[in-house]
Amino acid sequence: MTSQVSSPAEQAEPADQQGGQMPAGGQRSADGGKEVRRLDRVIIRFAGDSGDGMQLTGDRFTSETASFGNDLSTLPNFPAEIRAPAGTLPGVSSFQLHFADHDILTPGDAPNVLVAMNPAALKANLPDVPRGAEIIVNTDEFTKRPMAKVGYDQSPLEDGSLDGYRVHPVPLTTLTIEALKEFGLSRKEAERSKNMFALGLLSWMYHRPTENTEKFLRQKFAKKPQIAEANVAAFRAGWNFGETTEDFAVSYEVAPATTAFPTGTYRNISGNLALSYGLIAASRQADLPLFLGSYPITPASDILHELSKHKNFGVRSFQAEDEIAGIGAALGAAFGGSLAVTTTSGPGVALKSETIGLAVSLELPLLVIDIQRGGPSTGLPTKTEQADLLQAMYGRNGEAPVPIVAPKTPGDCFDAALEAARIALTYRTPVFLLSDGYLANGSEPWRVPDVDELPDLRVQFAAGPNHELADGTEVFWPYKRDPKTLARPWAVPGTPGLEHRIGGIEKQDGTGNISYDPANHDHMVRIRQAKVDGIAVPDIEVDDPTGDARTLVLGWGSTYGPITAAVRRVRTAGDRIAQAHLRHLNPFPANLGKVLAGYEKVVVPEMNLGQLATLLRARYLVDTRSFTQVRGLPFKAEQLATALKEAIDD
Amino acid sequence: MTDTIAEGAASARHALSLVPKSDTKQTMKDFKSDQEVRWCPGCGDYAVLAAVQGFMPELGLAKENIVFVSGIGCSSRFPYYMNTYGMHSIHGRAPAIATGLAASRRDLSVWVVTGDGDALSIGGNHLIHALRRNVNLKILLFNNRIYGLTKGQYSPTSEVGKITKSTPMGSLDAPFNPLSLALGAEAGFVARTVDSDRKHLTEVLRQAAAHPGTALVEIYQNCNIFNDGAFETLKDKDQAQEAVIRLEHGQPIRFGTDQSKGVVRDQRTGDLEVVTVTAENEHQVLVHDAHAASPTNAFALTRLADADTLHHTPIGVLRDVERPVYDTQMSDQLDNAVELKGKGDLGALLAGGDTWTVVG
Repeated sequence: MTSQVSSPAEQAEPADQQGGQMPAGGQRSADGGKEVRRLDRVIIRFAGDSGDGMQLTGDRFTSETASFGNDLSTLPNFPAEIRAPAGTLPGVSSFQLHFADHDILTPGDAPNVLVAMNPAALKANLPDVPRGAEIIVNTDEFTKRPMAKVGYDQSPLEDGSLDGYRVHPVPLTTLTIEALKEFGLSRKEAERSKNMFALGLLSWMYHRPTENTEKFLRQKFAKKPQIAEANVAAFRAGWNFGETTEDFAVSYEVAPATTAFPTGTYRNISGNLALSYGLIAASRQADLPLFLGSYPITPASDILHELSKHKNFGVRSFQAEDEIAGIGAALGAAFGGSLAVTTTSGPGVALKSETIGLAVSLELPLLVIDIQRGGPSTGLPTKTEQADLLQAMYGRNGEAPVPIVAPKTPGDCFDAALEAARIALTYRTPVFLLSDGYLANGSEPWRVPDVDELPDLRVQFAAGPNHELADGTEVFWPYKRDPKTLARPWAVPGTPGLEHRIGGIEKQDGTGNISYDPANHDHMVRIRQAKVDGIAVPDIEVDDPTGDARTLVLGWGSTYGPITAAVRRVRTAGDRIAQAHLRHLNPFPANLGKVLAGYEKVVVPEMNLGQLATLLRARYLVDTRSFTQVRGLPFKAEQLATALKEAIDD
Repeated sequence: MTDTIAEGAASARHALSLVPKSDTKQTMKDFKSDQEVRWCPGCGDYAVLAAVQGFMPELGLAKENIVFVSGIGCSSRFPYYMNTYGMHSIHGRAPAIATGLAASRRDLSVWVVTGDGDALSIGGNHLIHALRRNVNLKILLFNNRIYGLTKGQYSPTSEVGKITKSTPMGSLDAPFNPLSLALGAEAGFVARTVDSDRKHLTEVLRQAAAHPGTALVEIYQNCNIFNDGAFETLKDKDQAQEAVIRLEHGQPIRFGTDQSKGVVRDQRTGDLEVVTVTAENEHQVLVHDAHAASPTNAFALTRLADADTLHHTPIGVLRDVERPVYDTQMSDQLDNAVELKGKGDLGALLAGGDTWTVVG
């Protein structure tokens, strides 16, 4: 028996029901060394001070794990303050990683291993760690002052409060300094590498490949070779410490998830990176230059950073003076024929609302990327939430419908970006893409798509007159619509003969001239709505393996992972439940009403107070049941499973 | 139909070097749209519209490559009356929208039409940032010192104590000096003109159009409904002699009947002041240098007018210096990136980083 015990399995295979509880097998290494046990999955959480480099450590462990071929899912969790006072609870930063030999859906509910770099990290994270788990603590930090800072009168390492855990007390700081003494670094400089010592130790424990981390460190510190070598040395020292010390008697293997993935080339990818790549791909597939107008805001800034790196793809990234200018510049570029994008989070959407309304009125393609975070107001800048759905749906003056798409996993942000671009370009409309902090920073293995298989997004700019007046004159009418899509022509400046004026004042359908005519306004409001309502979106697919479930769980966005994990648990326990997940929030898939009507009970889990549920109730008169949480964290599969079970049994 | 001047280091120095030329001779009529002009009869905006429409043929640009972008306010209806591409956007945001357009389309001549409320109140942030960024935009700021479209509230350029519907006991806030503000925002081209002086207005437009980067032209414009006669001092033939200082690059700054007045530097304070020119002080009269690297004199000139009487109001181009142009530099960065890394390869980008392969 090992402490590496998982909570109930995420997958329904019978073997895993027990397999998850037990090591999949164990053996002594051939050279008579330490015992090696096999596990099917592990959840590790690195926790430390904001300045301890926990995100980097987590990222590196993730990369090692990805290149090893495990399935994985990550949850970075950090404070909004860049450097909160050292050693305090608000300053704790953590990175949770779940990896397995089979396909998994969430970063895991409860860690099997906690790495606590200081007392604050231990105190902040211990409530999430079940008894029986392993805890690696940096004992050097468990001195009077750091402990007093977080209210430990006595050392939790000695007062029995960690009974039931398998505690590994490791003087990480001392060992790191010792390992680096020949580098001639100051104590402070040497200490900084203690995260790499910890990474080395964990890499040994889980048989992670190490070459890429060493390569990464040498690249990262290319301009400071001494620091690079010191970090490599600390990393190796951590590995060797695991190999030699008696305290770590066992190491673990989690085999690659070979059968979990379809054939292909894979890489690890975060949501914001996938989204950035999706935008570049959309630009290529549309054969239009990409223009990003943006103002830095957490957790969206990484998209601005990423796109700014790829100027050789013709990407123009414009850091504006404010959120309004960000979308304004994008809209100007859209008028000029660019694939225009603005990226932001909830507070930024609020500022952009008027310009989104203008884009609705101008009927120009524009992508509005909202990486949702906790609100209202500044809220929880670094934490996740799904509470901007109604803002995206209704947050403008007048009747101003905007299509909405939402990705469901980090990798899916790539496809969602292409889909948002398709809708914007085809229907000449602003489109919301609602990602969130969890998708943005979380990562998973992603099958690298074949560029030749990407959708064709090419558009036809207007090239000549499109209307004949009664007297036979050929003219250009900027609001003469495509009868099928109701989209208006996109005539970009520089096209001779198509000079025209557009604006936010109501315009006459067809000519686009200013019109205050009551009947025309009524017509225009309805036709803009009809255009969005008529957007072709695929039917929603329902996963109902037995075909006779009476309860449906319906989600949208980043809850896909936790909901699917919960559904597996429910089904494994012998209950029947159907699952469906919405990519399109506006318009809804045409078959959604029928799907909802087919179930006695519809459960809608959301990280808000029931916004999708409100839309469904209003639209379909369905008595949905909301299961909501706004804790700034993704749902835990276990809690969701319980909620689903209650709904089934109700 | 176009004869675009090839992009090169030298030609990029002119604001319009990348804009295709018209192959036919244009007239004012070519720039009139079919829309009925709906400003109040007698509004100063008519004169500006006529001057702009009359000036455009001189540029000889393909008119499909000209775009007028405006915000909200009386003057912001301007684009509807120009037979070019145009966008009537939302309050205060025209500089931001035009920035995106100009930065992504260097083959366009982009003009912003705005007012004192649009540019200096709700859109103040965008104006100053457009100026410091130096995007290739020509901003025409119609200053009538009042809110017209909302029926007569005081504006950020109204004089203190202005009695309006929203300030029955007089306005309290000190006005902006738009040109001082523009110079503070690092503007490379700053000019002032008057709606009714078509010749002067046209000359200023000419210089603005040729300036690479952002040009700010403040146009004193009469609102005959809510603030009639605001600039009468500068228009009335008798008073204008003493009130208006016509700046010309390279010329001594002199004005008044028989050019009897001149602008000199007070040796003690360093400030500019108006003196009666005599044989003794004639050599001290400043020679206007719009291209001076330092904005000091230009700034002092923006402060010369008496805020109440408008006496000693300089008009003309106060400053015209070249600074790096944002859209040119943005474009250069794109070119450099291609030179350094090669043209982007999507397949290689997506498969970048650590990858692994799963085989069936």
